Amino acid sequence: MAQADQLVLEARGVTLQYKTPQHLVTATYRVDLEVFEGDRFVILGPSGCGKSTLLKAIGGFMAPIEGDIFLRGRKVVKPGPDRMMVFQEFEQLMPWKTALGNVLFPMHATGRFKGKEARERALSVLSKVGLSKFANSYPHMLSGGMKMRVAIARAMAMEPDILLMDEPFAALDALTRRRMQEDLLELWDQLRFTVLFVTHSIEEAILVGSRILVLSPHPGRVRAELNSSYVHGQPVDDASFGLLSKRIHKLVFEGETEAAKPGVHA
Amino acid sequence: MSGEGAVKSQLILRPEFDRVPVDASSVGEVVRPLSWLQRLMDNALFRRGAILAALALIWQLYALWLHNSLLFPTLTDTIGVMVHDFADGTLLQRTEASLEVLLMGYAAGVALAAVLTTLAVSTRLGDDILSTLTAIFNPLPAIALLPLALIWFGLGTPSLIFVLVHGVLWAIALNTSSGFRSVPETLRMSGRNYGLSGVRYVVTILMPAAFPSILTGLKIGWAFAWRTLIAAELVFGVSSRSGGLGWYIFEAREELNTSSVFAGLLTVIIIGLLVESVLFRAIEARTVEKWGMQR
Ligand SMILES: Nc1ncnc2c1ncn2[C@@H]1O[C@H](COP(=O)(O)OP(=O)(O)OP(=O)(O)O)[C@@H](O)[C@H]1O
Ligand SMILES: [Mg+2]
Repeated sequence: MAQADQLVLEARGVTLQYKTPQHLVTATYRVDLEVFEGDRFVILGPSGCGKSTLLKAIGGFMAPIEGDIFLRGRKVVKPGPDRMMVFQEFEQLMPWKTALGNVLFPMHATGRFKGKEARERALSVLSKVGLSKFANSYPHMLSGGMKMRVAIARAMAMEPDILLMDEPFAALDALTRRRMQEDLLELWDQLRFTVLFVTHSIEEAILVGSRILVLSPHPGRVRAELNSSYVHGQPVDDASFGLLSKRIHKLVFEGETEAAKPGVHA
Repeated sequence: MSGEGAVKSQLILRPEFDRVPVDASSVGEVVRPLSWLQRLMDNALFRRGAILAALALIWQLYALWLHNSLLFPTLTDTIGVMVHDFADGTLLQRTEASLEVLLMGYAAGVALAAVLTTLAVSTRLGDDILSTLTAIFNPLPAIALLPLALIWFGLGTPSLIFVLVHGVLWAIALNTSSGFRSVPETLRMSGRNYGLSGVRYVVTILMPAAFPSILTGLKIGWAFAWRTLIAAELVFGVSSRSGGLGWYIFEAREELNTSSVFAGLLTVIIIGLLVESVLFRAIEARTVEKWGMQR
Protein backbone atom coordinates (compact mmCIF):
# COMPACT_ATOMS: atom_id res chain seq x y z
CA MET A 1 0.00 0.00 0.00
CA ALA A 2 1.26 3.43 -0.89
CA GLN A 3 -0.26 4.83 2.28
CA ALA A 4 1.83 2.64 4.52
CA ASP A 5 5.08 4.27 3.34
CA GLN A 6 3.65 7.64 4.12
CA LEU A 7 2.77 6.76 7.66
CA VAL A 8 5.12 8.90 9.73
CA LEU A 9 3.91 8.46 13.26
CA GLU A 10 1.73 5.85 14.81
CA ALA A 11 0.49 5.46 18.37
CA ARG A 12 -1.27 2.27 19.39
CA GLY A 13 -3.23 2.10 22.62
CA VAL A 14 -0.97 4.52 24.43
CA THR A 15 -1.66 4.86 28.15
CA LEU A 16 0.43 7.34 30.06
CA GLN A 17 0.65 7.74 33.79
CA TYR A 18 2.39 9.94 36.30
CA LYS A 19 3.40 8.62 39.69
CA THR A 20 3.34 11.28 42.34
CA PRO A 21 4.00 10.51 46.00
CA GLN A 22 0.25 10.60 46.71
CA HIS A 23 -1.41 9.60 43.46
CA LEU A 24 -1.16 7.64 40.30
CA VAL A 25 -2.46 10.02 37.64
CA THR A 26 -3.55 8.59 34.33
CA ALA A 27 -2.99 11.31 31.76
CA THR A 28 -4.09 9.50 28.60
CA TYR A 29 -5.84 6.19 28.19
CA ARG A 30 -5.41 3.91 25.15
CA VAL A 31 -4.91 6.64 22.60
CA ASP A 32 -4.47 5.65 18.95
CA LEU A 33 -3.36 8.01 16.25
CA GLU A 34 -1.80 7.94 12.82
CA VAL A 35 0.01 10.86 11.27
CA PHE A 36 0.83 10.77 7.57
CA GLU A 37 3.44 12.59 5.54
CA GLY A 38 2.56 16.25 5.15
CA ASP A 39 -0.23 16.21 7.73
CA ARG A 40 -0.96 19.18 9.86
CA PHE A 41 -2.23 16.95 12.60
CA VAL A 42 -3.79 18.75 15.54
CA ILE A 43 -4.40 17.25 18.96
CA LEU A 44 -7.23 19.15 20.56
CA GLY A 45 -8.65 18.71 24.01
CA PRO A 46 -9.60 20.56 27.16
CA SER A 47 -6.92 21.71 29.55
CA GLY A 48 -5.43 18.89 31.59
CA CYS A 49 -6.55 16.11 29.26
CA GLY A 50 -3.02 14.92 28.67
CA LYS A 51 -2.04 16.55 25.39
CA SER A 52 1.37 17.69 26.57
CA THR A 53 1.94 14.31 28.16
CA LEU A 54 1.15 12.57 24.91
CA LEU A 55 3.55 14.84 23.07
CA LYS A 56 6.23 14.16 25.67
CA ALA A 57 5.79 10.44 25.10
CA ILE A 58 6.05 10.89 21.34
CA GLY A 59 9.15 12.98 21.94
CA GLY A 60 10.58 10.00 23.82
CA PHE A 61 10.77 11.74 27.19
CA MET A 62 8.32 9.37 28.81
CA ALA A 63 7.55 5.71 28.28
CA PRO A 64 3.95 4.51 27.89
CA ILE A 65 2.57 2.16 30.56
CA GLU A 66 0.74 0.36 27.84
CA GLY A 67 0.86 0.56 24.06
CA ASP A 68 3.59 1.63 21.65
CA ILE A 69 4.63 4.59 19.59
CA PHE A 70 6.30 4.11 16.21
CA LEU A 71 8.12 6.66 14.12
CA ARG A 72 8.44 5.47 10.54
CA GLY A 73 7.97 1.93 11.80
CA ARG A 74 10.67 2.17 14.46
CA LYS A 75 9.62 2.08 18.08
CA VAL A 76 10.19 5.30 19.99
CA VAL A 77 12.36 4.66 23.04
CA LYS A 78 14.28 7.87 23.65
CA PRO A 79 14.43 11.49 22.53
CA GLY A 80 16.08 12.19 19.22
CA PRO A 81 16.48 14.88 16.58
CA ASP A 82 14.16 13.02 14.18
CA ARG A 83 11.36 14.56 16.24
CA MET A 84 11.99 18.22 16.97
CA MET A 85 9.95 19.76 19.77
CA VAL A 86 8.74 23.32 19.99
CA PHE A 87 7.41 24.24 23.41
CA GLN A 88 5.11 26.88 24.70
CA GLU A 89 7.70 28.50 26.95
CA PHE A 90 10.27 30.99 25.77
CA GLU A 91 12.92 29.40 27.98
CA GLN A 92 13.44 26.70 25.41
CA LEU A 93 15.93 29.01 23.69
CA MET A 94 19.47 29.05 24.99
CA PRO A 95 20.00 32.56 26.36
CA TRP A 96 23.75 32.30 25.87
CA LYS A 97 23.46 31.86 22.13
CA THR A 98 22.31 34.30 19.47
CA ALA A 99 19.30 33.49 17.30
CA LEU A 100 21.69 32.07 14.72
CA GLY A 101 23.60 30.18 17.42
CA ASN A 102 20.39 28.66 18.65
CA VAL A 103 19.47 27.44 15.19
CA LEU A 104 22.98 26.11 14.62
CA PHE A 105 23.22 24.34 17.95
CA PRO A 106 21.19 21.19 17.22
CA MET A 107 22.79 20.93 13.78
CA HIS A 108 26.24 20.84 15.33
CA ALA A 109 25.23 18.83 18.40
CA THR A 110 23.85 16.03 16.27
CA GLY A 111 26.53 16.39 13.63
CA ARG A 112 23.92 16.33 10.93
CA PHE A 113 24.96 19.54 9.29
CA LYS A 114 28.43 21.03 9.52
CA GLY A 115 30.44 24.12 8.76
CA LYS A 116 29.36 26.38 5.97
CA GLU A 117 26.45 24.23 4.95
CA ALA A 118 24.96 24.43 8.44
CA ARG A 119 25.41 28.20 8.52
CA GLU A 120 23.77 28.71 5.18
CA ARG A 121 20.86 26.47 6.14
CA ALA A 122 20.41 28.29 9.43
CA LEU A 123 20.44 31.69 7.76
CA SER A 124 18.00 30.59 5.12
CA VAL A 125 15.56 29.19 7.69
CA LEU A 126 15.88 32.35 9.76
CA SER A 127 15.03 34.42 6.72
CA LYS A 128 12.02 32.16 6.07
CA VAL A 129 10.65 33.05 9.49
CA GLY A 130 11.49 36.70 8.85
CA LEU A 131 14.36 37.07 11.27
CA SER A 132 17.34 37.71 8.99
CA LYS A 133 18.01 41.04 10.64
CA PHE A 134 18.03 39.51 14.10
CA ALA A 135 20.34 36.58 13.45
CA ASN A 136 22.95 38.01 15.77
CA SER A 137 20.62 39.12 18.55
CA TYR A 138 20.46 37.29 21.84
CA PRO A 139 17.07 35.90 22.88
CA HIS A 140 16.60 38.47 25.65
CA MET A 141 16.63 41.19 23.02
CA LEU A 142 13.80 39.58 21.03
CA SER A 143 10.06 39.92 21.51
CA GLY A 144 7.97 36.89 22.48
CA GLY A 145 6.83 36.29 18.92
CA MET A 146 10.37 36.53 17.62
CA LYS A 147 11.61 34.02 20.19
CA MET A 148 8.92 31.63 19.06
CA ARG A 149 10.03 32.11 15.46
CA VAL A 150 13.59 31.26 16.45
CA ALA A 151 12.36 28.09 18.17
CA ILE A 152 10.39 27.13 15.09
CA ALA A 153 13.28 27.92 12.77
CA ARG A 154 15.59 25.84 14.96
CA ALA A 155 13.28 22.86 14.81
CA MET A 156 12.62 23.22 11.12
CA ALA A 157 16.26 23.57 10.13
CA MET A 158 16.85 20.02 11.32
CA GLU A 159 14.35 18.67 8.80
CA PRO A 160 12.86 16.26 11.32
CA ASP A 161 10.52 13.48 10.32
CA ILE A 162 7.92 15.26 12.33
CA LEU A 163 7.70 18.61 14.06
CA LEU A 164 6.12 18.41 17.50
CA MET A 165 4.58 21.67 18.67
CA ASP A 166 3.05 22.00 22.13
CA GLU A 167 0.79 25.07 22.17
CA PRO A 168 3.59 27.08 20.59
CA PHE A 169 1.52 30.25 20.31
CA ALA A 170 -0.31 30.08 23.63
CA ALA A 171 2.02 32.52 25.35
CA LEU A 172 1.62 35.14 22.63
CA ASP A 173 -0.90 37.97 22.43
CA ALA A 174 -3.90 37.46 20.16
CA LEU A 175 -2.61 39.59 17.28
CA THR A 176 0.82 37.99 17.21
CA ARG A 177 -0.78 34.56 17.51
CA ARG A 178 -2.82 35.17 14.37
CA ARG A 179 0.25 36.32 12.49
CA MET A 180 2.18 33.26 13.61
CA GLN A 181 -0.62 30.90 12.64
CA GLU A 182 -0.73 32.39 9.16
CA ASP A 183 3.04 32.33 8.85
CA LEU A 184 3.12 28.70 9.89
CA LEU A 185 0.63 27.85 7.17
CA GLU A 186 2.64 29.82 4.65
CA LEU A 187 5.78 27.93 5.63
CA TRP A 188 3.91 24.68 5.32
CA ASP A 189 2.77 25.66 1.83
CA GLN A 190 6.42 26.15 0.89
CA LEU A 191 7.99 23.19 2.63
CA ARG A 192 5.23 20.63 3.26
CA PHE A 193 6.67 19.35 6.50
CA THR A 194 4.77 17.01 8.80
CA VAL A 195 3.64 18.65 11.99
CA LEU A 196 1.86 17.49 15.11
CA PHE A 197 0.32 20.50 16.77
CA VAL A 198 -1.19 20.56 20.25
CA THR A 199 -3.73 23.18 21.21
CA HIS A 200 -6.75 23.69 23.40
CA SER A 201 -8.19 26.37 21.16
CA ILE A 202 -10.84 25.16 18.72
CA GLU A 203 -10.27 28.14 16.49
CA GLU A 204 -6.55 27.50 16.32
CA ALA A 205 -7.13 23.82 15.61
CA ILE A 206 -9.32 24.62 12.62
CA LEU A 207 -7.02 27.36 11.35
CA VAL A 208 -3.82 25.38 11.60
CA GLY A 209 -4.90 21.78 11.17
CA SER A 210 -5.66 19.55 8.25
CA ARG A 211 -6.84 16.81 10.55
CA ILE A 212 -8.00 17.19 14.12
CA LEU A 213 -7.89 14.55 16.83
CA VAL A 214 -10.29 15.43 19.59
CA LEU A 215 -9.44 14.07 23.03
CA SER A 216 -11.95 13.66 25.82
CA PRO A 217 -11.49 15.44 29.14
CA HIS A 218 -9.09 13.92 31.61
CA PRO A 219 -7.97 11.13 31.27
CA GLY A 220 -7.50 11.85 27.57
CA ARG A 221 -9.15 9.30 25.32
CA VAL A 222 -9.82 9.53 21.62
CA ARG A 223 -13.16 11.21 21.09
CA ALA A 224 -13.16 11.85 17.35
CA GLU A 225 -10.94 12.55 14.39
CA LEU A 226 -12.07 15.13 11.86
CA ASN A 227 -10.91 16.51 8.55
CA SER A 228 -10.52 20.24 8.50
CA SER A 229 -8.46 20.87 5.40
CA TYR A 230 -11.56 21.91 3.48
CA VAL A 231 -11.78 25.03 5.65
CA HIS A 232 -8.19 25.88 4.82
CA GLY A 233 -8.05 29.25 3.12
CA GLN A 234 -11.59 30.21 4.13
CA PRO A 235 -12.07 33.31 6.23
CA VAL A 236 -12.72 32.77 9.91
CA ASP A 237 -16.26 34.14 9.65
CA ASP A 238 -17.13 31.67 6.88
CA ALA A 239 -20.11 29.40 7.54
CA SER A 240 -18.08 26.18 7.17
CA PHE A 241 -15.70 27.41 9.84
CA GLY A 242 -18.54 28.13 12.24
CA LEU A 243 -20.17 24.76 11.63
CA LEU A 244 -16.99 22.81 12.22
CA SER A 245 -16.25 24.86 15.27
CA LYS A 246 -19.71 24.12 16.72
CA ARG A 247 -19.31 20.44 15.98
CA ILE A 248 -15.97 20.27 17.76
CA HIS A 249 -17.31 22.31 20.63
CA LYS A 250 -20.02 19.73 21.16
CA LEU A 251 -17.52 16.87 20.96
CA VAL A 252 -15.25 18.47 23.51
CA PHE A 253 -17.77 19.59 26.05
CA GLU A 254 -20.68 17.17 25.95
CA GLY A 255 -20.70 14.62 28.77
CA GLU A 256 -17.79 16.43 30.35
CA THR A 257 -19.08 15.95 33.86
CA GLU A 258 -19.16 12.15 33.97
CA ALA A 259 -15.94 11.78 32.07
CA ALA A 260 -13.97 14.00 34.39
CA LYS A 261 -14.36 11.72 37.41
CA PRO A 262 -12.11 8.72 36.77
CA GLY A 263 -8.39 8.95 36.24
CA VAL A 264 -7.05 9.54 39.72
CA HIS A 265 -6.56 6.24 41.50
CA ALA A 266 -5.58 6.20 45.13
CA MET B 1 -30.73 64.40 37.97
CA SER B 2 -28.35 67.07 36.84
CA GLY B 3 -26.43 66.95 40.14
CA GLU B 4 -22.66 66.82 40.40
CA GLY B 5 -22.51 63.05 40.81
CA ALA B 6 -24.44 62.30 37.64
CA VAL B 7 -22.17 64.53 35.62
CA LYS B 8 -19.07 62.80 36.91
CA SER B 9 -20.22 59.31 36.05
CA GLN B 10 -21.18 60.27 32.51
CA LEU B 11 -18.86 59.30 29.65
CA ILE B 12 -17.42 62.29 27.89
CA LEU B 13 -18.04 61.99 24.19
CA ARG B 14 -15.04 62.75 22.07
CA PRO B 15 -14.82 62.73 18.30
CA GLU B 16 -13.15 59.70 16.68
CA PHE B 17 -10.13 60.25 14.53
CA ASP B 18 -7.91 58.38 12.17
CA ARG B 19 -4.59 59.76 11.01
CA VAL B 20 -1.29 58.96 9.42
CA PRO B 21 1.31 58.43 12.17
CA VAL B 22 3.83 61.23 12.47
CA ASP B 23 7.02 60.74 10.54
CA ALA B 24 9.43 58.79 12.74
CA SER B 25 12.14 58.09 10.19
CA SER B 26 14.54 60.50 11.85
CA VAL B 27 14.35 58.96 15.32
CA GLY B 28 17.14 56.48 14.73
CA GLU B 29 19.56 59.03 13.34
CA VAL B 30 19.17 61.74 15.91
CA VAL B 31 22.03 61.20 18.27
CA ARG B 32 22.14 63.25 21.40
CA PRO B 33 25.49 62.87 23.08
CA LEU B 34 25.28 62.61 26.85
CA SER B 35 27.12 65.29 28.74
CA TRP B 36 30.51 64.26 30.12
CA LEU B 37 29.14 64.45 33.65
CA GLN B 38 26.28 62.08 32.82
CA ARG B 39 28.68 59.66 31.17
CA LEU B 40 30.99 59.80 34.15
CA MET B 41 28.16 59.13 36.59
CA ASP B 42 27.00 56.19 34.48
CA ASN B 43 30.41 54.60 34.78
CA ALA B 44 30.33 52.07 37.64
CA LEU B 45 34.11 51.97 37.78
CA PHE B 46 34.21 55.72 38.30
CA ARG B 47 31.55 55.63 41.02
CA ARG B 48 33.32 52.86 42.90
CA GLY B 49 36.63 54.62 42.41
CA ALA B 50 35.14 57.74 43.99
CA ILE B 51 34.01 55.74 47.03
CA LEU B 52 37.47 54.23 47.36
CA ALA B 53 39.02 57.66 47.14
CA ALA B 54 36.69 58.92 49.86
CA LEU B 55 37.65 55.99 52.11
CA ALA B 56 41.32 56.66 51.47
CA LEU B 57 40.84 60.29 52.41
CA ILE B 58 39.09 59.36 55.66
CA TRP B 59 41.93 56.96 56.50
CA GLN B 60 44.53 59.63 55.86
CA LEU B 61 42.75 62.34 57.85
CA TYR B 62 42.01 60.05 60.79
CA ALA B 63 45.60 58.79 60.93
CA LEU B 64 46.93 62.34 60.78
CA TRP B 65 44.59 63.38 63.56
CA LEU B 66 45.47 60.32 65.70
CA HIS B 67 49.16 60.91 65.10
CA ASN B 68 50.28 57.48 66.34
CA SER B 69 52.08 55.57 63.63
CA LEU B 70 52.50 52.54 65.89
CA LEU B 71 48.74 52.09 66.11
CA PHE B 72 47.49 53.54 62.87
CA PRO B 73 49.95 54.74 60.21
CA THR B 74 48.82 57.17 57.56
CA LEU B 75 47.87 56.03 54.10
CA THR B 76 50.85 57.82 52.61
CA ASP B 77 53.23 56.06 55.02
CA THR B 78 51.64 52.73 54.21
CA ILE B 79 51.90 53.33 50.49
CA GLY B 80 55.49 54.46 50.96
CA VAL B 81 56.36 51.17 52.67
CA MET B 82 54.45 49.25 50.02
CA VAL B 83 56.28 50.93 47.17
CA HIS B 84 59.61 50.45 48.92
CA ASP B 85 59.00 46.77 49.65
CA PHE B 86 57.72 46.11 46.18
CA ALA B 87 60.74 47.85 44.74
CA ASP B 88 63.23 45.84 46.78
CA GLY B 89 61.37 42.67 45.93
CA THR B 90 60.33 41.40 49.37
CA LEU B 91 56.65 42.19 49.05
CA LEU B 92 56.58 41.16 45.41
CA GLN B 93 58.11 37.81 46.29
CA ARG B 94 55.63 37.29 49.14
CA THR B 95 52.72 38.17 46.87
CA GLU B 96 53.94 35.82 44.19
CA ALA B 97 54.33 33.01 46.70
CA SER B 98 50.78 33.53 47.98
CA LEU B 99 49.23 33.77 44.53
CA GLU B 100 51.03 30.68 43.33
CA VAL B 101 49.68 28.55 46.17
CA LEU B 102 46.30 30.17 45.81
CA LEU B 103 46.02 29.41 42.12
CA MET B 104 47.02 25.80 42.63
CA GLY B 105 44.51 25.31 45.42
CA TYR B 106 41.76 27.18 43.58
CA ALA B 107 42.29 25.27 40.35
CA ALA B 108 42.30 21.95 42.19
CA GLY B 109 39.12 22.93 44.05
CA VAL B 110 37.34 24.00 40.86
CA ALA B 111 38.36 20.82 39.04
CA LEU B 112 37.17 18.63 41.91
CA ALA B 113 33.90 20.56 42.13
CA ALA B 114 33.36 20.09 38.40
CA VAL B 115 33.89 16.35 38.66
CA LEU B 116 31.67 15.99 41.73
CA THR B 117 28.79 18.05 40.36
CA THR B 118 28.92 16.30 37.00
CA LEU B 119 28.67 12.98 38.82
CA ALA B 120 25.87 14.41 40.92
CA VAL B 121 23.72 15.37 37.94
CA SER B 122 24.39 12.12 36.10
CA THR B 123 23.53 9.64 38.83
CA ARG B 124 21.29 9.64 41.85
CA LEU B 125 24.02 8.08 43.99
CA GLY B 126 26.36 10.90 42.96
CA ASP B 127 23.73 13.43 43.95
CA ASP B 128 23.24 11.81 47.36
CA ILE B 129 26.98 11.66 47.95
CA LEU B 130 27.52 15.28 46.99
CA SER B 131 24.67 16.64 49.08
CA THR B 132 25.75 14.64 52.12
CA LEU B 133 29.39 15.66 51.80
CA THR B 134 28.43 19.30 51.28
CA ALA B 135 26.19 19.23 54.33
CA ILE B 136 29.03 17.82 56.41
CA PHE B 137 31.94 19.91 55.22
CA ASN B 138 30.48 23.22 54.09
CA PRO B 139 29.93 24.54 57.64
CA LEU B 140 33.42 23.41 58.72
CA PRO B 141 35.81 26.41 58.59
CA ALA B 142 38.73 25.60 56.34
CA ILE B 143 41.22 26.88 58.87
CA ALA B 144 39.96 24.34 61.41
CA LEU B 145 41.39 21.63 59.19
CA LEU B 146 44.85 23.14 59.31
CA PRO B 147 46.07 21.15 62.35
CA LEU B 148 44.96 17.98 60.64
CA ALA B 149 46.65 19.05 57.42
CA LEU B 150 49.85 19.69 59.35
CA ILE B 151 49.75 16.19 60.79
CA TRP B 152 49.10 14.61 57.41
CA PHE B 153 51.23 16.68 55.09
CA GLY B 154 53.62 18.51 57.39
CA LEU B 155 54.61 22.14 57.11
CA GLY B 156 54.51 23.38 53.57
CA THR B 157 52.56 23.90 50.40
CA PRO B 158 50.62 20.59 50.36
CA SER B 159 48.98 21.47 53.68
CA LEU B 160 47.99 24.87 52.36
CA ILE B 161 46.54 23.39 49.20
CA PHE B 162 44.60 20.88 51.24
CA VAL B 163 42.83 23.58 53.25
CA LEU B 164 42.36 25.74 50.16
CA VAL B 165 40.65 22.93 48.28
CA HIS B 166 38.39 22.40 51.24
CA GLY B 167 37.59 26.13 51.32
CA VAL B 168 36.80 26.33 47.62
CA LEU B 169 35.24 22.99 46.78
CA TRP B 170 32.02 23.04 48.80
CA ALA B 171 31.03 26.60 48.01
CA ILE B 172 31.40 25.99 44.30
CA ALA B 173 29.78 22.56 44.38
CA LEU B 174 26.82 23.87 46.37
CA ASN B 175 26.18 26.80 44.04
CA THR B 176 26.75 24.80 40.89
CA SER B 177 24.40 22.00 41.83
CA SER B 178 21.69 24.41 42.94
CA GLY B 179 22.21 26.21 39.61
CA PHE B 180 21.84 22.92 37.75
CA ARG B 181 18.64 22.17 39.60
CA SER B 182 17.05 25.45 38.58
CA VAL B 183 17.65 25.02 34.84
CA PRO B 184 14.19 25.25 33.22
CA GLU B 185 12.61 21.95 32.28
CA THR B 186 11.99 23.02 28.67
CA LEU B 187 15.64 23.84 28.21
CA ARG B 188 16.64 20.44 29.53
CA MET B 189 14.12 18.78 27.28
CA SER B 190 15.31 20.60 24.20
CA GLY B 191 18.87 19.60 25.06
CA ARG B 192 17.91 15.97 25.31
CA ASN B 193 15.83 16.35 22.16
CA TYR B 194 19.12 16.71 20.25
CA GLY B 195 20.30 13.42 21.69
CA LEU B 196 22.74 15.01 24.11
CA SER B 197 23.58 13.03 27.23
CA GLY B 198 26.24 12.57 29.88
CA VAL B 199 29.18 14.96 29.95
CA ARG B 200 28.22 16.63 26.65
CA TYR B 201 24.80 17.45 28.04
CA VAL B 202 26.32 18.87 31.22
CA VAL B 203 28.90 20.95 29.35
CA THR B 204 26.74 22.29 26.52
CA ILE B 205 23.39 22.75 28.27
CA LEU B 206 23.55 22.66 32.05
CA MET B 207 26.78 24.57 32.60
CA PRO B 208 25.92 27.62 30.48
CA ALA B 209 22.32 27.59 31.70
CA ALA B 210 23.51 27.53 35.32
CA PHE B 211 26.36 29.94 34.67
CA PRO B 212 25.06 32.75 36.90
CA SER B 213 25.07 30.39 39.90
CA ILE B 214 28.40 28.87 38.90
CA LEU B 215 29.92 32.32 38.71
CA THR B 216 28.56 33.16 42.15
CA GLY B 217 30.12 29.93 43.42
CA LEU B 218 33.45 30.82 41.82
CA LYS B 219 33.37 34.26 43.43
CA ILE B 220 32.51 32.95 46.87
CA GLY B 221 35.12 30.21 46.46
CA TRP B 222 37.70 32.80 45.52
CA ALA B 223 36.95 34.92 48.57
CA PHE B 224 37.09 31.85 50.84
CA ALA B 225 40.36 30.77 49.30
CA TRP B 226 42.06 34.12 49.64
CA ARG B 227 40.90 34.54 53.21
CA THR B 228 41.87 30.99 54.20
CA LEU B 229 45.27 31.26 52.62
CA ILE B 230 46.27 34.46 54.38
CA ALA B 231 45.02 33.07 57.68
CA ALA B 232 46.90 29.81 57.19
CA GLU B 233 50.09 31.65 56.32
CA LEU B 234 49.74 33.72 59.45
CA VAL B 235 49.64 30.52 61.46
CA PHE B 236 52.58 28.73 59.97
CA GLY B 237 54.25 30.80 57.33
CA VAL B 238 57.36 30.25 59.51
CA SER B 239 58.24 27.03 57.80
CA SER B 240 59.28 27.78 54.29
CA ARG B 241 61.75 30.52 53.43
CA SER B 242 59.44 31.75 50.70
CA GLY B 243 56.46 32.58 52.91
CA GLY B 244 53.47 34.41 51.48
CA LEU B 245 51.69 37.64 52.31
CA GLY B 246 50.37 36.26 55.58
CA TRP B 247 53.92 35.55 56.63
CA TYR B 248 54.93 39.07 55.61
CA ILE B 249 52.26 40.51 57.90
CA PHE B 250 53.27 38.15 60.68
CA GLU B 251 56.91 39.14 60.43
CA ALA B 252 56.06 42.83 60.40
CA ARG B 253 54.01 42.44 63.57
CA GLU B 254 56.87 40.66 65.33
CA GLU B 255 59.02 43.69 64.57
CA LEU B 256 56.23 46.06 65.65
CA ASN B 257 56.45 47.53 62.17
CA THR B 258 52.84 48.67 61.90
CA SER B 259 53.28 50.39 58.55
CA SER B 260 54.41 47.09 57.06
CA VAL B 261 51.45 45.29 58.63
CA PHE B 262 49.22 47.82 56.94
CA ALA B 263 51.14 47.55 53.68
CA GLY B 264 50.61 43.78 53.74
CA LEU B 265 46.92 44.15 54.52
CA LEU B 266 46.52 46.76 51.82
CA THR B 267 48.13 44.42 49.30
CA VAL B 268 45.71 41.66 50.33
CA ILE B 269 42.79 44.06 49.90
CA ILE B 270 43.99 45.41 46.56
CA ILE B 271 44.44 41.95 45.08
CA GLY B 272 40.98 40.98 46.35
CA LEU B 273 39.47 44.11 44.82
CA LEU B 274 41.23 43.62 41.51
CA VAL B 275 40.09 40.04 41.13
CA GLU B 276 36.55 40.89 42.19
CA SER B 277 36.00 44.12 40.30
CA VAL B 278 38.24 43.61 37.29
CA LEU B 279 38.49 39.88 36.59
CA PHE B 280 35.05 38.72 37.70
CA ARG B 281 33.39 41.91 36.43
CA ALA B 282 34.89 41.31 33.01
CA ILE B 283 33.68 37.72 33.00
CA GLU B 284 30.20 38.87 34.03
CA ALA B 285 30.02 41.53 31.36
CA ARG B 286 31.05 39.06 28.68
CA THR B 287 28.71 36.27 29.80
CA VAL B 288 25.66 36.54 32.03
CA GLU B 289 25.05 40.23 31.33
CA LYS B 290 25.47 39.90 27.60
CA TRP B 291 23.07 36.95 27.64
CA GLY B 292 20.51 38.85 29.68
CA MET B 293 20.62 36.25 32.45
CA GLN B 294 21.64 38.77 35.09
CA ARG B 295 21.45 42.51 35.30
N1 LIG C 1 4.76 16.10 36.18
C1 LIG C 1 3.52 15.68 36.49
N2 LIG C 1 3.32 14.93 37.61
C2 LIG C 1 2.09 14.48 37.92
N3 LIG C 1 0.99 14.72 37.19
C3 LIG C 1 1.13 15.44 36.08
C4 LIG C 1 2.39 15.96 35.66
N4 LIG C 1 2.22 16.65 34.52
C5 LIG C 1 0.91 16.55 34.23
N5 LIG C 1 0.24 15.84 35.15
C6 LIG C 1 -1.17 15.51 35.14
O1 LIG C 1 -1.45 14.85 33.94
C7 LIG C 1 -2.65 15.34 33.39
C8 LIG C 1 -2.40 15.80 31.97
O2 LIG C 1 -1.51 16.89 31.98
P1 LIG C 1 -1.01 17.60 30.66
O3 LIG C 1 0.01 18.60 31.04
O4 LIG C 1 -0.59 16.56 29.68
O5 LIG C 1 -2.34 18.33 30.18
P2 LIG C 1 -2.58 19.21 28.87
O6 LIG C 1 -3.62 18.54 28.10
O7 LIG C 1 -1.31 19.51 28.20
O8 LIG C 1 -3.19 20.53 29.49
P3 LIG C 1 -2.99 22.05 29.01
O9 LIG C 1 -3.87 22.24 27.84
O10 LIG C 1 -3.47 22.83 30.20
O11 LIG C 1 -1.55 22.24 28.73
C9 LIG C 1 -3.17 16.42 34.30
O12 LIG C 1 -4.20 15.89 35.07
C10 LIG C 1 -2.00 16.76 35.16
O13 LIG C 1 -2.44 17.03 36.47
MG1 LIG D 1 -0.07 21.27 27.93
